[in-house]
This record gives sequence, C-alpha cells and structure tokens, in this order.
Amino acid sequence: MPFELETASHPENLKRVAIEPVSRVEGHGKVTLLLDDDNHVQQVRLHITEFRGFEKFIEGRPFWEVPVMVQRLCGICPVSHHLAASKAMDQIVGATLTPTAEKIRRLMHYGQILQSHALHFFHLASPDLLFGFDSDVAKRNIVGVIAAYPEIAKKGVLLRKYGQEVIRMTAGKRVHGTGSIPGGVNKSLTAEERATLQKDIYQMIAWSRDAVHLIKQLFEQNLAFYNAFGRFSAHNMGLVRADGAMDLYHGGLRARRADGSTLFDHFDYSHYWDVISEDVKSWSYMKFPFFNAMGSSDTGWYRVGPLTRVTQCDFIPTPLANKERSEFMAFDNGSATGATPGYHWARMIEMLHAAEVIKELLHDDDICGTELMSSGKRQERGVGVIEAPRGTLIHHYRVDANDQVIRANLIVSTTHNNQAMNEAIRVVAKQYLDGRELTEGLLNHIEVAIRCFDPCLSCATHALGKMPLEVVLVGADGTALDRMTRNMHDSPATP
Amino acid sequence: MTAPILIFGWGNPSRGDDSLGPLFVERIESLGLPDVECLTDFQLQVEHALDLQNRQRILFVDASFSALAPFSTSLLAPARDASFSSHAITPQSVMQVYVDLHNARPPPCHLLAIRGERFELGEGLSPAAASHLEAALRWADEWLKFPGSADQ
Repeated sequence: MPFELETASHPENLKRVAIEPVSRVEGHGKVTLLLDDDNHVQQVRLHITEFRGFEKFIEGRPFWEVPVMVQRLCGICPVSHHLAASKAMDQIVGATLTPTAEKIRRLMHYGQILQSHALHFFHLASPDLLFGFDSDVAKRNIVGVIAAYPEIAKKGVLLRKYGQEVIRMTAGKRVHGTGSIPGGVNKSLTAEERATLQKDIYQMIAWSRDAVHLIKQLFEQNLAFYNAFGRFSAHNMGLVRADGAMDLYHGGLRARRADGSTLFDHFDYSHYWDVISEDVKSWSYMKFPFFNAMGSSDTGWYRVGPLTRVTQCDFIPTPLANKERSEFMAFDNGSATGATPGYHWARMIEMLHAAEVIKELLHDDDICGTELMSSGKRQERGVGVIEAPRGTLIHHYRVDANDQVIRANLIVSTTHNNQAMNEAIRVVAKQYLDGRELTEGLLNHIEVAIRCFDPCLSCATHALGKMPLEVVLVGADGTALDRMTRNMHDSPATP
Repeated sequence: MTAPILIFGWGNPSRGDDSLGPLFVERIESLGLPDVECLTDFQLQVEHALDLQNRQRILFVDASFSALAPFSTSLLAPARDASFSSHAITPQSVMQVYVDLHNARPPPCHLLAIRGERFELGEGLSPAAASHLEAALRWADEWLKFPGSADQ
C-alpha cells in the first residue's frame, strides 16, 4: 500500500515542480511535487537519479584492493567506506585486530566523524539555521555565514581541517588514504604526529561544545517551529556497544519500534540479512530497506544516523557529550528527540563525542605501537558494519579461492534513511507548501528537511560547468510556467 | 616551511576524464620540484582556503566540459558566486573565503581548465583528454618558469 502523497491518483492532470538537484547535500537527487490547480500537494517524491552500480565495479577485483577502491564511492565520506570494507576483509583473513590497529582505525574514524559533522553543520546547514529557511537566497550559504558570523564560520573551517589532519596522519594522506588494510593498519602515529594533534585537541573540544550550545539556543528561540518542522515517528536502528554505550566503530545492532519497544538488540551484524531486507520502487534508483519482522518496506522502514544513535544508546562514554545528551533528552520533556531538526542537535553532540574520543586516543600509547597486523583462518565471506557520519553502513563481500571478490553488497547510510527522508518532505509539503504560491524560500523548506539527514548521494564527480540547479514549474498541459536556474558560475536568475 | 607554489587539482579518479586534475598534479609531483607543493581532492571546499596561506602563486586544475580544447587558463579573482549552494565550491569562492577569514587578498591564483569528454564511473582517460593533458603539462612548464605567463 503506497504512503500518503507517494502516488497521486491522477498525475496526468497535475502540474509538476522539480527541485533538481537538491542543493547543499552530497551528490545528486531530485524532488518532484505534483500540485492541482489550487496548489494543493498531491504527490511528493525524493528521487535518486544517479545509478551507483559500484558493487559490479568491485566484482572481480582482488580483495586487498577493496578498502582503497571503495573510497571512490564518495568525496565526502571515503574513510567510512575504507573502514567498513577493511572490517569485512578482516573477517576474510580471519584477523583479530591488535590494540594498535584498532585504536588507529578508531582515531581515523572519529576524525572522519568530526570533519564530516563540521562540514555539514557549519557549511551546509547553518545558512538555513542562522538566516532562516526563506531568507535571502543570495546570503543563505556558507560564504554568507562567513561574512555575517565570521567567528562561527572560522570554527567550522578549522574543526573540519583538524578532522582531516587526523585522517591524513592515520590514513597516510588526505584523500584516498591506504592506512587501513585487511587484518590491521600499515602505519601508526609518530611521536611528532601525536604531539601535533594533541596541541589543538582541547580547542576542538571547546568549539564542539560551543556548536552544541548554538543549536540548542536555536531550538530555544524557535521551539514550536523546530519541534513541528517535518516531524514524524519512525522505527530506529544503529550499532551499540555491549554495555549499551554509543560506539560508532563497532558493536551489535539495536532496533527499536517507533513506540520505543525493542525489536532486536546486540544482534550480530555478520548475519544482517536475517533482520533486514531491501525493497525497490520504480521511481528511484535507491533501495528501500525494511525490518524483516515487520513484513514490508511499507511498515518496516526505519531511520538511522545521529538522532537515532544519540537517542537509542543508553549513554555516551565521554563525559561532556554524555552531559549534553542528558540535556537533549530532557529538553522540553523530550520533544527534540523526535524532531527532524533534532538531527542537527544530535549531530553536534556526536561531534563533541568524537573530539573527546580523539583526545582519549591521543593519550593512549598504543597509537604509537608497532604491532600493526594480524591474521587467522581464511574465510569466504566478510561483513563490515560501521556507524558512518550519516548512519549505519554495511559492506558485505564474498571472495573466492583466487582472492577475487565474487559478490558485493553495500547498504549505505542514506539508503536506510530513504523512506524517512520521503516521509519528512511529505510532512513539510503538507505543512508549508499546500495551497500556496511556491517561492524559492518555500521550496527550500523541502531541501532543509532533506539536509537534516545529511544525505550522501554519492556522486563525487564534478567538472567545471556542471552541477546546475534547475527548478521548473510545469502546467497541466506540459508548458513550463516558471523556471529558476543557477550553475557553478552564475548567480541565481529568473529569466 | 610552506612551499611558495601550490598546484591543486581536483576530481574523481574513477570517473574517466574527471581524473584530469589529479593526473596533472601527479605528473607535476613526479618532477620533484623543490618550491612546489602538490595537493589533490575530490572537490573544493571552504577549508581549502587554508591551503592558500603563505603562498606566492597557486594553480587550480580541474577537468572541464566547457573549456575549449585542449585547455583554457585564467587569472582568478575572489567572488561570492552561486557555487556554495552545491556540494562543492569554485576556486573563486575558495579565494573569497580566504578574504573573509584573513581580511586580506589571497595570493595570485590561476585556473587551468583541461577539456574532458567522458565522465562515467569506471572509465579510463579518453584519448582526447590524454592529449589535452600533455598539452596542459607543456603549458605548465612555462607557467612554473615564468610567473605571469598565464595572465594574458
């Protein structure tokens, strides 16, 4: 049974508005709205217009190449793919990681969380949050934020830079690092690298706390709006540590229904297919995962990512982030924990946690150790799961006796959130667009809802002269009634 | 110590001619020039403004759909263009971020846009792009020797 507003009964009689591509997200997506003559919304869909096809690209490659190769899926979260593939290949080589290898990987991962969350909050989301969702589009961007709030913007730039330095020192280079390999890592930190990172980490923790307080302040200033914006209830899933703590590198799967009851807990992800399946729909290249126990993607869809992780873990194992989590959970009787913009608040709590974990690891001598590799009994199948910045990331491989990958399946974080994002934009369309003349500011409400999830649509290609944004309003007879375009070199224009 | 010249190329090496920027940088890096630092990334972002600090000259290098073959060059100026609305920004915006962060003009920046033809996942460099790359490298030889050679 289709969801409300997923499929209009007579689409041929409706006018169509397309937001393509959705801006300030990673990759290319498109939103289409079908409206009747009175501008009442009849259908809303988030389409993923790019076919990834990366699994086929991997097949036939030697397994030891995969952790490096999969980084080319994405220009923003290559480290997450690097580590998820490495974890899967650890199983292939039968390895149990040495303390140095695991801690270097954790350091790399939390560096990635820090830089990715900083990028999203300061560069992609803050223009909406600081200027308003329908403020002047010419200023509603990171360059506008830098001009109007230089100190906030500078913190964002330097937090991201610090996270990337952590990645560079643990992965060997800033982009396409090779640090994590099947069975361990190929380098640890030198004393000089460790001292360099230690020098600035306390500043990063302080700025991350400031960011948590900034988003909290924004909630307090506009509580009713933030609580209602794109609000919907959903089931949740993510990794947790054996004691229920937040752990973004490793753990068991925990799933809770929308009413808070537990569906499964501490589930061994190496058999994830026992609890999760994937559905397809004709209008999107992105699959629709669901819990097997709930029967179908119509009833068993769920959400992942910062909001899920912060609310579903029992505690955060670093003191400052745990204190902020407690305040978040208690805020306005828990209202923010179900609000779609609550993703931003949770994301900043995670950024603070990442900075604290990095500090702890930098004071652990194992990160300069020399025992880097291990191996054991060779296996044919490997599954690696990690909590990437945007949510649960699953890499699953089968490798033959010739060491070649013969099957690959990747369920990326944004795929888990596919239905949740569709749900959010349908709620927003009903709340703010229904029956009104569309403006850029109103359409931006749709994009704001999508950005809460920080989706990564995995294109990572961009040549000069590409990446236009085009919004077209098409009448029932197919005539283009209005059009807005912009590209990499032009200012927004309405010809 | 920061090298006085920065060559910064970007693009996805797995997407055919989108690899022109990183390949160009790789070739320059192989020369081992003492005053030149070579950096690559998938895409430009605001923190790359920090890489412009303490330089004498910068060369940005990317594949281009719209440049005339084999390549085009231009001297850039900081600009608040519309690129920040997408998931990557232009070199002009990176320069503007430098201005906003440091309240100073950035060092002279040139853009080398190498014409590409095919950008599909898993493709190699097209023959035309390979030829354009060689032409761009010959031009770079002059640019490295003679500051200002790309200004006209």
